[in-house]
Formats: sequence, structure tokens, C-alpha cells
Amino acid sequence: MSPDDWHLALGSLGPIAAGAIRGTIPLALFSFAGGMAIAVLVALMRLSRHRALVAVARVYVSVIRGTPLLVQLFVVFYGLPSLGLVIDPWPSAIVAFSLNVGGYASEVVRAAILSVPKGQWEAAYVIGMARRTALRRIILPQAARVSVPPLSNTFIALVKDTSLASLILVTELFREAQKVAAFSQEFMLLYLEAAIVYWVICLALSTGQSAIERRLERYVAH
Amino acid sequence: MSPTESPVLLRVAGLRKSFGAHQVLESVDLTVRTGEVLAVIGSSGSGKTTLLRCLNGLEVADAGVVEVGDSLRVDFATRPPRRRLDALRDRSAMVFQHDNLFPHKTVLENVTEGPVVVQRRPAAEARADALRLLERVGLADRAGAYPSQLSGGQQQRVGIVRALALRPQILLFDEPTSALDPELVGDVLTLMRDLAEDGWTMVVVTHELPFAREVAHHVAFVDEGTIVEYGRARDVLTEPRNERTRRFIRRLLHPL
Repeated sequence: MSPDDWHLALGSLGPIAAGAIRGTIPLALFSFAGGMAIAVLVALMRLSRHRALVAVARVYVSVIRGTPLLVQLFVVFYGLPSLGLVIDPWPSAIVAFSLNVGGYASEVVRAAILSVPKGQWEAAYVIGMARRTALRRIILPQAARVSVPPLSNTFIALVKDTSLASLILVTELFREAQKVAAFSQEFMLLYLEAAIVYWVICLALSTGQSAIERRLERYVAH
Repeated sequence: MSPTESPVLLRVAGLRKSFGAHQVLESVDLTVRTGEVLAVIGSSGSGKTTLLRCLNGLEVADAGVVEVGDSLRVDFATRPPRRRLDALRDRSAMVFQHDNLFPHKTVLENVTEGPVVVQRRPAAEARADALRLLERVGLADRAGAYPSQLSGGQQQRVGIVRALALRPQILLFDEPTSALDPELVGDVLTLMRDLAEDGWTMVVVTHELPFAREVAHHVAFVDEGTIVEYGRARDVLTEPRNERTRRFIRRLLHPL
């Protein structure tokens, strides 16, 4: 790399990092939080005895998994205004990403709940717990341990998918890189730099995943 | 010692239960007095576990009546409302074949979970209570351990302590030693004998005939969903009148 390249790389690191800190990371965090709330709700609907709830949950998961995320994003941001519902770029992105994560993660949560042995439900009932209490205090904590690795996959995918938000005018990591690239015409350099920053974020997340797994596995015999 | 004079605590009449087309309990009548130990024996698939589970609402019987004390009477002619089943469940505590301890909670938390979270007793009191019970079964020093760090016999004793901590009127045991290594069975049976001597009312589904003979006051032999023979433990186990009981006991005593 020439001295000019180094200069550009270091100079653009500021706006790209700012895009990550103000855009990519909060976008991923809020969307994941919203997505997990949806996921638990949809998983419980799928596991309920009411056929209507099961049907709604199935259709939801099917639609989310069967359509591209980019299309979902465009429906929320460009489509809803024609129904009179105008949402700003940021909330549009969070709504679309949350709905998307909710669909995928609900299957993870459902499988994790089913992986807890039936005896745990019965033991909870025997000590007098109602279904809701048993779920909250006995079943979900055990399901959480099982679901950390697959949910980490979902979260890491989400971090990278937030780059799509650049297409609905959200200022985030990739959009900052695009702006510098358009100005300097150094596409290879800027897009590689953006890729490296995404990678670093995901490396940090993987480290966090290991820490959470260790914490949740403290009661498992080795 | 024999509680033959004490008041009736549990009365079961005409209990029936089927799973689909399979009739598991035909029509079961049963009486257990306060402080009495009833051993329920029978081959696997005879319906003895289902009977036990119907007593605390883990299974909902199709017909029949379960009464506990003078104050609770649940009639299964129509499906009882949730609240009646909860009341039934609160009278008893069950110890499972597999201890079913909560793996993500420590021994102490396993024991205090019911008293604190469900019964709303003060945490400090429940804790002191739990430690006293753990002390009694020789596990006070393991209070902070997770179930996976205990042996099978220790886990099962914690399972029993968890049941005791609920202060139930009746203790139900579902083959509590069947899943244990043979050398660990003794500890658990000894503890159960001590509980019987303390006057706990117990219904024990078991294959341990020596335990039934020495600890139980009465024995019920269940076959094909009904109680085929019932009587004083010594009588049923040493001089069974029914041919099926005789065959079952002989098979257990002389498996070869």
C-alpha cells in the first residue's frame, strides 16, 4: 500500500467506526432484543394447545423464512407509506430486523424448550408451580443454555445483515464506507476496510458467546 | 406403632383412567390412614404408577373420587376445575424414580424453591428449614453444590428433602430406588424407613419387597388396573392368597 492508501485507510477509519458505533451496533442490539421478545412469544404460541395460535405462529415463521430480508425491509420502508403509514429509516430498520430475527429465533427457542426433559415440568408441578411459573423459573433457564450457540449464529448474521439498512438511508458502517469510496474512488480499499471492521465486531461477539456459555454451563458436570 | 386406629387421611373410590383405548386403571378403591405406609406393588404396566400420579393430579382420572382428610373431596365424574386439582396437588409431594432435581439450581435452591416461590414462606425461614432437613440426611455440607456434582443416592435424598420441605400431608414415592446403583439403594431406603417412623403418611410404589415387609403397614398388589390383593404387609408378602400375587412375589424373590 502506498502512503496515500495508508492515509486514506486511517482517515476513513473514523467515519466507519462512527458508523459502527452509532449505526450498526445499536441497530443490531435493539433489533435482537425486539426479535427475542417476538421469538419467545411465537415459540410459546407454537407450543400452545390453541390451534389458532399455532396456525398464526406457523404462518408467521413461514413468511419470514420464505421471503428475502431485503424485501421485508423495503415493504416496511417503501411499501407501508402507500398505506398511509410512514416510518422513519431507523425505526423501519428495527421493525424489519426484529420481525426477521423473531421468525428464525422462535424455532431455536421452541426446540430449546422441547429439549428440557418432561420430568422437569412434572417436578415443577409437584412443588406447586403453575405452568407460567414453571416456564419462567425452571424451563426457560435450562432452555437458554441450549439455545446460546444457535442464537449467537442468529445475532452474528444480524450484525452483518444490518448493512442492508444502508439501502433505506440509515447511516451505518457500510454506508459510511460507501460515501468515502464514492468520493475517493478507492473501492477495494474501503470495502475491505468495512469487511475487516465487521469481522472484528463478530470476533468480539464470538468471545462474548464463549463467556456466556461458560457461565450457563457452570452447573453441568464435566 | 401401627396406625390402625388413626383417622383416614386418603380415601380413593372407583378411580378409573384410560389412555386412548387402553384402560390403565379399572376401578381402584383405597384407604390410607394418617401415619400409615402403604406399599403398592405389581409388575410394570400394571397401572401402579398411574394410580400414584392420579393421587396428585399429574394425571387426571376419568372417574372416581379422591378425598384427603375431611376438607377436600375431588370427584372426577366431570373434569375438575384447575383449582380443585391444585388443591389436591398441594396435599401431597411426590418423589420420582429419577430425582428430577432442577439442574440449574443448587441443592439448597432446589429445596427452597417450592416453599419460597410457591408457598410464599419467608426466605430465611425456608432456608433454615431446608438446611435442617439436609443436615438430617447428611447433606448439609453439599447445600451449595449443583445436582450434577452429587451421586445418584445423594440426588435422590435431596429429592426426598425437596418433597419434605413442602410440608405435605402425604408423601408419594414412585419407585424411588429403581434407577439407583444397587449399593446406593440402602441409604435411600433407610431414610424412607426413618420418615415412616417419624409418622409420615406414605404411599410407596416399589419393587423392594424387604422394604415393603419391614416398613409398610399395608401392601396393595395391583394387576391389570385393579387392586387384586390388599392386606397387612406381612400377610400379603408371606402368605399371598391370590394366585397372581403369589406368582409375582415368587418371580421377584427367585428371578432365575
